[in-house]
Amino acid sequence: MERYRGNPRAVENLVQGHAVHRDVYVDREIFDLEMEQLFPNSWVYVGHESQLKNPGDYITCKIGHQPILVSRHKNGTIHVLHNRCPHKGVKIASEPCGNTGKFFRCPYHAWSFKTDGSLLAIPLKKGYEGTGFEADKASKGLPRVENVQIYRGFIFARLSDTGLSFEEYFGDSLSTIDNMVDRSPQGEVEIIAAPIRYMHTCNWKMLVDNQTDTCHPMVAHESSAGTAVSVWEREKHRFTETPMAVQLYAPFMSPYEFYEGAGIRVWPNGHGHSGVSGSIHQDYDDVEGYLDMMVEAYGETRAREILGDIRHNTLYFPNVMVKGPVGILRNFIPIAVDKTLVESWAFRLVGAPDKIYERALMYNRFINAPTSIVGHDDLEMYERAQEGLLSDANEWINLRRLYEEGEPEDVTEVVNGTSERQMRNTFYAWRKFMVQGMDQKVEASA
Amino acid sequence: MSPEQLIDFVYEEAATLDEMRWEDWLALFHQDGLYWMPLEWQQQDPVLQPSLMYEDQLLLTVRVERLSGERTFSQKPKSRCHHLMQRPRVLSLGQEDGIYRLRTSFIYTETRGDNLERYSGWVSHELVEVEGALKIMLKRVDLINFDAPFGNLQLFI
Repeated sequence: MERYRGNPRAVENLVQGHAVHRDVYVDREIFDLEMEQLFPNSWVYVGHESQLKNPGDYITCKIGHQPILVSRHKNGTIHVLHNRCPHKGVKIASEPCGNTGKFFRCPYHAWSFKTDGSLLAIPLKKGYEGTGFEADKASKGLPRVENVQIYRGFIFARLSDTGLSFEEYFGDSLSTIDNMVDRSPQGEVEIIAAPIRYMHTCNWKMLVDNQTDTCHPMVAHESSAGTAVSVWEREKHRFTETPMAVQLYAPFMSPYEFYEGAGIRVWPNGHGHSGVSGSIHQDYDDVEGYLDMMVEAYGETRAREILGDIRHNTLYFPNVMVKGPVGILRNFIPIAVDKTLVESWAFRLVGAPDKIYERALMYNRFINAPTSIVGHDDLEMYERAQEGLLSDANEWINLRRLYEEGEPEDVTEVVNGTSERQMRNTFYAWRKFMVQGMDQKVEASA
Repeated sequence: MSPEQLIDFVYEEAATLDEMRWEDWLALFHQDGLYWMPLEWQQQDPVLQPSLMYEDQLLLTVRVERLSGERTFSQKPKSRCHHLMQRPRVLSLGQEDGIYRLRTSFIYTETRGDNLERYSGWVSHELVEVEGALKIMLKRVDLINFDAPFGNLQLFI
């Protein structure tokens, strides 16, 4: 029986501010509605311009569960297309990335398309003459996603024809992307390698919640970061300097007071970040020569301002996290209600010393890999939650830490860094984008 | 060292892991030894190309000590592993640089609770002789599907 489709009030009731109903994590119908409503209504990250350097370059991805193709056309423009042949629905591109040359060609019946998606040719086309084919959707080529925005190289798309504009949707949260890009002396970042991929048997929002969960590191990561600290304390007499690895692990064990003071900032539409005035990324060794490059590029004041912004995790609603000071973007790709593919990308700061990219790659494999001990800690918690939520003893997830009655939604605010404010902020947005347009659909089908 | 001694070493190394003799396993590494699991086909650079693992003895020690930690929740229940190996090929007897090189095809199984995962690939050993004993300078594990998304891989291939 369908409880939520066509029933926006029931969906809204799942989010009570200080608590959310477990169905947001475990219910299959809710997951289907996220695919039908939430993801199409949101601006979703689909890739980075540096992955499409040359005409004919393409990448494939998904928005919700829909297959997407992002392509660089011969005139340099980037197009976001639906990755399905207008004829029989065959996926046009099957690899994560590649170069298609001057056109895409469906491997089934050789329909071909220009790299902007428009129909190029159909074999034996006279078979369609006088059949009314011109009026078919199929005659228009690969369906194009119209709402596309490239912000400093980051490509976002919104499937729904209506909804918030890109600027309204992201607002000031784009400052985290700005900071990551500004950390390049040339103001440019690039992807030059594949992501680390990690399969999670849990709902995608468990990862979203975790990005600003500052009360878990010293507990869940005691086994990894805590052991790293204790091994280091025992062995450090053999070293002349603190290895990069220890610098990356040790701050996870910072006490509650540290995270409280570091702050959390929320923005409208579900975006937010931990680490406002301090973060676990603040005490890494300087990389030789880097500050000089930055001062030369931006001037002393601006350079120090850029490098002094050490935000921890910025959650871009719905499913992307950006870690500016390290140069990492994580994409939480929903596969099923209890299955999430996590792809973690390291960015190279163009013009910066190699050591900075080395650190991004090291951080990525320490924290975000199936072979990462910090990852092992987190995934264990997500999996246990996914199973534990099946208990009927309590159908609600508690999000009340530092909650205030009547908490404003869709505002910019800086709060205590151990607050669950950003998780609540995410769910206010979740509620909004889940039901957007749902009433109209109900009316249309009535 | 004879080819037979080198081959025996590779089998013995796997046995320390299958028998969960972690400390014995660590002791097989040279003090500057490294464990590398690439993320690209025929990867050349472990530092400026992404890897799944690239760890020295300090980091491997952290992993080993973590496995027995009281609050290592992802090891409750504990994992077990099994290496099934083809006979190692001896690629170099170190005539030129003192480094013995072997390459071994494997199927690796890791279980935890009711779950069981299998991985296939090749392990490459670079070994040196220190005071009459073989030590690992580099253990490189190339998975056949390095680019696929795995769940937790918690022990050592």
